[in-house]
Amino acid sequence: MNGGQDLGGMMGFGPVQPEPEPKDGGELFHESWEESAFAITLAAGGLGLWNIDQSRQARESLHPADYLRSSYYEIWIKGLERLLLDRGLVTAAELASGSAQVPAAAVKPLSAAQVWPSLSRGTPYDRPRRTPARFKVGDAVRTRNEHPVGHTRLPRYARDKAGVIERCHGVFVFPDSNAAGSGEAPQWLYAVRFDGRELWGSSGDASLAVSVDAWESYLVAA
Amino acid sequence: MSPVDPNPHQPADGAARHHDDDQASHDHDGHGDEGRGHDGHGHDGDGQDGHGHGGHGHESHGHGSELSEMALRVRALESLLLEKGYVEEAALDELVQTYETRIGPRNGAMIVARSWTDPAFRDWLLRDASAAIHAMGFTGRQGEHMVAVENTPQEHNMVVCTLCSCYPWPVLGLPPTWYKSPPYRSRAVIDPRGVLADFGVELPPATRIRVWDSTAEVRYLVIPMRPAGTDGWSAEELAALVSRDSMIGTAVVAAPAVAAAS
Repeated sequence: MNGGQDLGGMMGFGPVQPEPEPKDGGELFHESWEESAFAITLAAGGLGLWNIDQSRQARESLHPADYLRSSYYEIWIKGLERLLLDRGLVTAAELASGSAQVPAAAVKPLSAAQVWPSLSRGTPYDRPRRTPARFKVGDAVRTRNEHPVGHTRLPRYARDKAGVIERCHGVFVFPDSNAAGSGEAPQWLYAVRFDGRELWGSSGDASLAVSVDAWESYLVAA
Repeated sequence: MSPVDPNPHQPADGAARHHDDDQASHDHDGHGDEGRGHDGHGHDGDGQDGHGHGGHGHESHGHGSELSEMALRVRALESLLLEKGYVEEAALDELVQTYETRIGPRNGAMIVARSWTDPAFRDWLLRDASAAIHAMGFTGRQGEHMVAVENTPQEHNMVVCTLCSCYPWPVLGLPPTWYKSPPYRSRAVIDPRGVLADFGVELPPATRIRVWDSTAEVRYLVIPMRPAGTDGWSAEELAALVSRDSMIGTAVVAAPAVAAAS
């Protein structure tokens, strides 16, 4: 959806504020609550009741003004609350009070012993290559000009633009379908390169090229 | 912050860093959230509350009456999830400690240093980064599918996620606040030279800039150029030069001072 998350090319946010990495004194978490936000988001995700695309969709469903005003861990928490409500795991009254008022759903929480095995295993999103790829490296393509109301991963700035297939990544879970709960519907995934001036017009940086990873159904042959 | 590693000759501490390393850092220079108004209280006192290292939980939030609205909201949610049995306290502690002590940008620095010193590994990394990186033990969440892109005098690579905060966790750890914030996410794809200027980096006008917007589950790692003056350095010495930001593409690795190299 054309929500607050789709930031590429927006203006007016001011300069980037660099920060040191941990070895140079930077902090992983700037507030104690960020630590909690991070941990409960990952632990609740470990219940297996939603996939990564549904997590993103929940965050993107925030009002754009709320999204843009919120720090990233705030966005995570607001998204998590929506997922918990949508799945019937908590009630709005419970969120407000911070204490249980109705019986818990029968779920198995992530244990401490499962944390490292789970994190180091990860969740691969590639799938068997059952059909031939439609495009090959070097092919000229054009991105579709579609504005789906659901979750999608083709940024607005890269829609209806001419590009070139630069890499073929293989077959991957299709987010638009996976977020909708309509199955993984795997598709070929490509890195598509666009010239800066194709994206940003004649005043764009001529030395710039931008690549996005685009699923096959986002593309047409040019 | 300096555009390049300001302390390039600090000893590499590998992937295992102790949270106490953060004790000297509470001046919050460059805090990406300043002025956003999400957190009205100061940060002083964080250094005493022992967050992390098993202190995660209610007692670790020690901000007393200064708790922000968001801190209260998260505390309530955490309490509720614990009470309902949806999360376990020990697992929450383990999650935080994992990213504080086992996973971070020193992993990526080891990959870069190896690519600088081992041509066969470099070839493998550029051909099949997932296999090459996983073989070094850096596997898992948000690093399942990796691509390495190498900087050259002709081309500089920069990685962003305009749609969320996709970042290669197993090799760089959790992303810095700026990486997840609108200024970077909005500008990296339209004005990367302006972004680089925010980091104090100016590239030659003739250098092409390649921006990789991480819109799928593929994660990108930038292999910065090896600085001059490092002939004969070991991979360990070289890794200490490699900053996190250079592996995102918002910094370059500076040539070491001759004196420091001795």
